[in-house]
Amino acid sequence: MNPAQRVVTDATLTIQQKINGLAHVAEDQLDVLRVGPDVQELRDAGVICDLFEGAAPYRPRYVVPDYELFMRQGSEFLGLKAPADIWEATAALLILYRHVPSITSFPVYLGDLDALLEPFVGDEAEARKAIGLFLTQIDRTLNDSFCHADLGPAATKAGRIILELTREQQNAVPNLTLKYDPELTPPDFAELAAATALDTAKPSFANHRIFQSEFRAMGSDDYAIASCYNGLPKGGGSCTLVRLNLAKLAPRAADRDQLLSSVLPEAVDRQLEYIDERVRFLVSESGFFQSSFLVREGLIHPERFSAMFGLVGLAECVNAHSGGARFGHDDEADELGLRIIRDIDARVRSHVSPYLAFNGGRFLMHAQVGIDSDTGVSPGCRIPIGQEPELPEHIVRSAPFHRYFPSGIGDVFAFDPTTRRNPGHLRDIAAGALKSGLRYFSAYAADADVVRITGYLVKRSELARLNRGEATMQDTTALGRNAINNLGVLERRVRS
Amino acid sequence: MSGGAAPFPSRAERRELAAREGRVARILTFSAVDGPGNRAAVFLQGCSFDCVYCHNPETRPAVTAKARPDEQPAWPRAMTALGVVAAVWPYRAFLSGVTVSGGECGEQPDFLSALVGLFGGLGLPALVDTNGSLDYAARPDIVGRAAGFMLDLKAWDPVEHRRLTGADNAHVIANLRFLAAAGKLVELRTVVSPGLFDADSTVRHGARELAASGSAARYALIRFRPQGTRKAARDLPRPDDATMERLAAIAREEGAKDVRII
Repeated sequence: MNPAQRVVTDATLTIQQKINGLAHVAEDQLDVLRVGPDVQELRDAGVICDLFEGAAPYRPRYVVPDYELFMRQGSEFLGLKAPADIWEATAALLILYRHVPSITSFPVYLGDLDALLEPFVGDEAEARKAIGLFLTQIDRTLNDSFCHADLGPAATKAGRIILELTREQQNAVPNLTLKYDPELTPPDFAELAAATALDTAKPSFANHRIFQSEFRAMGSDDYAIASCYNGLPKGGGSCTLVRLNLAKLAPRAADRDQLLSSVLPEAVDRQLEYIDERVRFLVSESGFFQSSFLVREGLIHPERFSAMFGLVGLAECVNAHSGGARFGHDDEADELGLRIIRDIDARVRSHVSPYLAFNGGRFLMHAQVGIDSDTGVSPGCRIPIGQEPELPEHIVRSAPFHRYFPSGIGDVFAFDPTTRRNPGHLRDIAAGALKSGLRYFSAYAADADVVRITGYLVKRSELARLNRGEATMQDTTALGRNAINNLGVLERRVRS
Repeated sequence: MSGGAAPFPSRAERRELAAREGRVARILTFSAVDGPGNRAAVFLQGCSFDCVYCHNPETRPAVTAKARPDEQPAWPRAMTALGVVAAVWPYRAFLSGVTVSGGECGEQPDFLSALVGLFGGLGLPALVDTNGSLDYAARPDIVGRAAGFMLDLKAWDPVEHRRLTGADNAHVIANLRFLAAAGKLVELRTVVSPGLFDADSTVRHGARELAASGSAARYALIRFRPQGTRKAARDLPRPDDATMERLAAIAREEGAKDVRII
């Protein structure tokens, strides 16, 4: 069937989802990227994959607006004055969200919501009502669980209200991160976050100290966690994300030496070339940065945009070339894993983009969580589901990889439902994991309705709806269903 | 605080404490169920109570397993206090503290004292999980250095207590009063199995003691569960929700501030 016709007649899609689907089909009619045969061969083989970004990049994949500035100045383009109370503040944000583009057509970053709303929290009951409606509207109209909001590191009234409402409402959207800093985040606030995570698989805990110091070193005052768990410069974002599938690359090398000396470096270079080309079209030809009011009003700056060098399937690649040692269990295998990541990192660092100024034109490394059609490919540098070691060992073995991925890497842990009686248990483990060098830690109770698939969230009740052949609110539900079948995400080891 | 706050040990004292030996049934580095937060749990081997519903009967005899040469010793094993600290230390970033439990940790008071002093001095506050058979008023070295106590109240009536555990409860009740008044009690616990003892009366008296000393300790009312018990106890009756709710209401009525059904 013609792809457009397939979209039009799919009974499991809402009208909005069909329109987005048709836009994709139309974009893919264009042939505007200059892709050499070597790159194309690796793309056809599934080694290099742009995650269905489309054939003609006309907006950055991830846009991270400076919402703080927007709250101070309003918007001339949107005809909005700076908000003066909680109702105006929440309405202003909801209006702006409609105009923040991304690869999903929904905003992937909704702001550091507690800090944005705290100045407007006067009467607490009124604030609770306003924020409750705000969160409900986000869930019901931004139908994509890559929409991500940040909290912390300090405790605020707004932050507590958001966590309490999140627990009450049990929504899949927005995805949430607590920026955690042991000096700035009080234990009771972190415990409330942990209790909320056990019930709704969010917020995750981000290592604020690591993110902050890295992004400052790159010249960005502030950072955001967007989409799955992607660290990005505030007031900018990422033009594109292309990933290297190491699981598929592995069999192209006869042995470990060939992998390290030629197959891997060549593939990295081809991926860098492909990223450059996608960025070139977006920056030089699409006109996005010239026409967007977000740029004109200072909410985003072209010089704060980077691009993400993603990779996936490290575990499978290592296991194929480690002579029987197992990734996540044997030191020898983990050493090979680190060697591969260090090699990739060095090569990515030495490449300077001719089109991007941020971080000196160097791309940001990203441990990609996979796509729903992946089979036998573990997310990023994760230890495969079903082979997870004991919790402390799991954390200690994963931590050394995290420093290489400023634009995102993380682990997801399923906890026994009885942990709800003692959310401090989860808080302590999350805090300990970050202290041990983990960049990002996600958890949920094994019986929760909201489940973290790889980086995004899906409701089991929505999955049931989709399995009955009905349309579902979030486009991410379909991705979740496939990932459950292909990656076994509901089979994660349960920690107690 | 009538227990008196003993300062954490000096270097010379630490050396002496570290060398003390005890019987250890098991060490769990991550536990969600042995006090607030994530805690390491150190279970000492040996218990003088013989509870009908004992959930860890293998930890009762005061023995250690024999290790064959060039093999890791099996549990339970003889360890120095330093050995216990060393087993927990790598995980300290993940821990709110340590809980010393059993068996019955009060059966080895000098070893318990060493663990509580060493862990507390290293910034890992130690909770003591005890059946209350040791006279804690006579052990300021333990009480002063422990972060808190979790105490089992098996039954209030001494005759019932003896039938249930084979031991008298005079020390248990004295400890309840002493630790609550000293502000050292963090949790009081009663395991409930209908018909085994008068739970209403036990909970009433326990909660009354908490209220009388103004203690903020949690009162945990624990449903009997057959997991881990001896064969003879498998068929003991399990309480229904209504029974547990009624007991919780009694505890609150008597002035317990934080009542949980588990």
